[in-house]
Amino acid sequence: MSDLLEMKNLRIGATVYPPGEKPHDIEIVKGVSFSLEKGQVLGLIGESGAGKSTIGLASMGFGRGGVEITGGEVWINGRDILKGGMRGLRALRGAEVTYVAQSAAAAFNPARKLMEQVTEAALQHGRCTKSEAEARAVRLFDKLGLPDPETFGNRFPHQVSGGQLQRAMTAMALCPQPDLVVFDEPTTALDVTTQIDVLAAIKDAIRDTGVAALYITHDLAVVAQVSDHIMVLRHGEKVEYGTAEQIINAPQEDYTRALVTVRQIDHPEKAPAEPVLTAKNITARYSGTRYDVLKDVSIDLAPGHTLAVVGESGSGKSTLARVITGLLPPSEGQIDFAGRTLSPALAGRSREDLRELQMIYQMADVAMNPRQTVGTIIGRPLEFYFGMKGRKLRDRVAELLDKIEMADGFIDRYPAELSGGQKQRVCIARALAADPKLIICDEVTSALDPLVADGILKLLLDLQKKENVAYLFITHDLATVRAIADSIAVMYQGKVVRYGPKSEVLAPPFDDYTDLLLSSVPEMKLGWLEEVLAHRKMESAGH
Amino acid sequence: MTPVVKLLAQRIALGLLLLFLVSILIFVGTLILPGDVAQSILGQSATPEALANLRQDLGLNEPALTRYFDWLFGVFQGDLGTALTSGQDIAESLGARFRNTLFLAFWAAIIAVPLAVFLGLLAVRYRDRWPDKLISAVTLASISLPEFLIGYLLMFFLGVKLRWFPSTAIGYRPDADVFTRLEAIALPVAVLTLVVLAHMMRMTRAAILNVMQSAYIETAELKGLSTFRVIWKHAFPNSIAPIVNVVMLNLAYLVVGVVVVEVVFVYPGMGQYLVDHVSKRDVPVVQACGLIFAAVYIGLNMLADVISILANPRLRHPK
Repeated sequence: MSDLLEMKNLRIGATVYPPGEKPHDIEIVKGVSFSLEKGQVLGLIGESGAGKSTIGLASMGFGRGGVEITGGEVWINGRDILKGGMRGLRALRGAEVTYVAQSAAAAFNPARKLMEQVTEAALQHGRCTKSEAEARAVRLFDKLGLPDPETFGNRFPHQVSGGQLQRAMTAMALCPQPDLVVFDEPTTALDVTTQIDVLAAIKDAIRDTGVAALYITHDLAVVAQVSDHIMVLRHGEKVEYGTAEQIINAPQEDYTRALVTVRQIDHPEKAPAEPVLTAKNITARYSGTRYDVLKDVSIDLAPGHTLAVVGESGSGKSTLARVITGLLPPSEGQIDFAGRTLSPALAGRSREDLRELQMIYQMADVAMNPRQTVGTIIGRPLEFYFGMKGRKLRDRVAELLDKIEMADGFIDRYPAELSGGQKQRVCIARALAADPKLIICDEVTSALDPLVADGILKLLLDLQKKENVAYLFITHDLATVRAIADSIAVMYQGKVVRYGPKSEVLAPPFDDYTDLLLSSVPEMKLGWLEEVLAHRKMESAGH
Repeated sequence: MTPVVKLLAQRIALGLLLLFLVSILIFVGTLILPGDVAQSILGQSATPEALANLRQDLGLNEPALTRYFDWLFGVFQGDLGTALTSGQDIAESLGARFRNTLFLAFWAAIIAVPLAVFLGLLAVRYRDRWPDKLISAVTLASISLPEFLIGYLLMFFLGVKLRWFPSTAIGYRPDADVFTRLEAIALPVAVLTLVVLAHMMRMTRAAILNVMQSAYIETAELKGLSTFRVIWKHAFPNSIAPIVNVVMLNLAYLVVGVVVVEVVFVYPGMGQYLVDHVSKRDVPVVQACGLIFAAVYIGLNMLADVISILANPRLRHPK
């Protein structure tokens, strides 16, 4: 038997404490079995709540929070790790099996140098001497493409970038020379242009060291680049298991097919029209800083149209939203909206200005008061802007709920009782309640699972058609942009580097940054990563 | 100037400013106290002439501002004035007393601080199990009892019944050898330790538990480290700032708040000295003691700030 890891009928449960109800047990993983051979990579894919991270951690005998393994067997290197007690688990963790977390920035101890942390597990388990471990760490830093591998380990976590930290975390997992590495969404928190490099580094490291891996992600296009096999999970159960090629090219189950074809909304762009919003030559900086976050930014947006603002983190796209809403008065520039010039500061704006310009946020659950019901949340703008009360208010709330495709039974529910997608729908209804001309959507689908995000995008497009509302759609996700935009502004380091109708912005010839951005978006096909990297190598050789 | 140096300079300057303001407060405070030194020295039967003469001699007729600056100027030169009641040089008699107080506080701190941190770590290691609950209960009981009561209880059981230690510190001589001195202060040190232990231990426990929620603690657990190593190597270094703050507050208490314990055990420290002279309304002595207590308090808190700043890797190693 050459299986490195074998899970037999694994069951994992937890006790939940929902507000206003009795605590009860739920089952997160409902009898999953699979095996993994030495040196192979298995991708675990599914939406949040599918149990993929829970299964990954179970391979180290670990339950996060109150999560407990309630049944089944986990065999690693020929022994059932659940029967070895705490001592056996400690000997396993950090030696035979290691872990790469989603947010390396949070997973590194801020008080200790990188080298100490990278070599700690190898030393703890007596796998080698200190100098051997450090030499190995330096080789790994080098292999993973980190700058100055000799001295990189002397730095503290806050002194290196997010992409570098994620690679350092991979080095930390590989340093003890484990048999299995669990990668838990290792590139999800990164910008798309950074993701591709980290992905390539991880893939190379896996191939060179011959280690086996569980690669957990919600992004099928990413997992297709690194896996030999893929297991699709949903609600704690196995939906489909097969080779990467079979899952991508010939999915058997409906759910897998939906995942493969996600984000293929067809949205023809609208003809240009007179703008409702014009921002001219906006320059802005945060107080107490010396650098402009926005530099001479000009955009405009027609009624019922969508302008997508794209760029990586730190490009200034959210700051642009803050300037338009009046939260951050610009140092230069002017904003015209619905035929009038808006006051730069929020305090100078009329109630009508506020009503016509609404906002939806990325984190729906923190954008709502957890102690208010859905009815109160949606009803608040109706009271505030239109003075509605009683029967009339309740009818209008029900009408809005209908628009976001939710039954009016939700009116007395609390946010904690809603799913992620439902919470975002309530936020959309709250924005619509004010009957606005423009809604600023700040990464509204980024925290959602692909299929749920798809539903939200379709809803937004549908509402736009009916209400003729304009969207300023801020996102880092180019697939979303293709699905929803009429025009696009590409931002980089506070400037708009490319701007125009969708058909022009997404067509060659490209400027260097847009080219990099577009080519970095993972595509749902095998071998995409190698193609892009080979293409880039050729181009840089040509220059 | 690097940000750390700038921050440290700011803190230290702020501490000095605060000390200056406190000196004004102390001076004004003693001014507005009712009563009169000359009266209390000479007693109720003094003649008006004698009182006037004494006031003249003591400089009590000068304007307040002049007296304040004379006093402050003296303090800078190490001259705290002379005690009204005994005519002795304050700096001299206070110096010896202050050394005694520091000796007591030092040994109490040497025992209490490591013990509190260790008990805090232990409480985290066995969180919600019986060692944690026992530690919490015992330290809470010891902080809840008034210190004079603990003092008399220890005196009765350890001093009188068991005869392990001398029941008062009356035999304390600064020139005796260290072991004799330590034996004399054993009971006061025990009382002080019990009084400050709970506060520091509970803060250590809370600060570390707070850090234990972090993702990097999970990383450490997934490296297969033992629980105690996870706490000591990964959680403790990130909870130094709040722990140091509460430790310094308690160290300040050991110097400033020992009055009751010194009186209970008849220990020749500053507290006793202060109490004696407050009852005699000896203003220069009270001012000197107040200033020294304030300096200790502000100095230790300043030190806590400095350590907190230096313990932050983001400030110590900027990008």
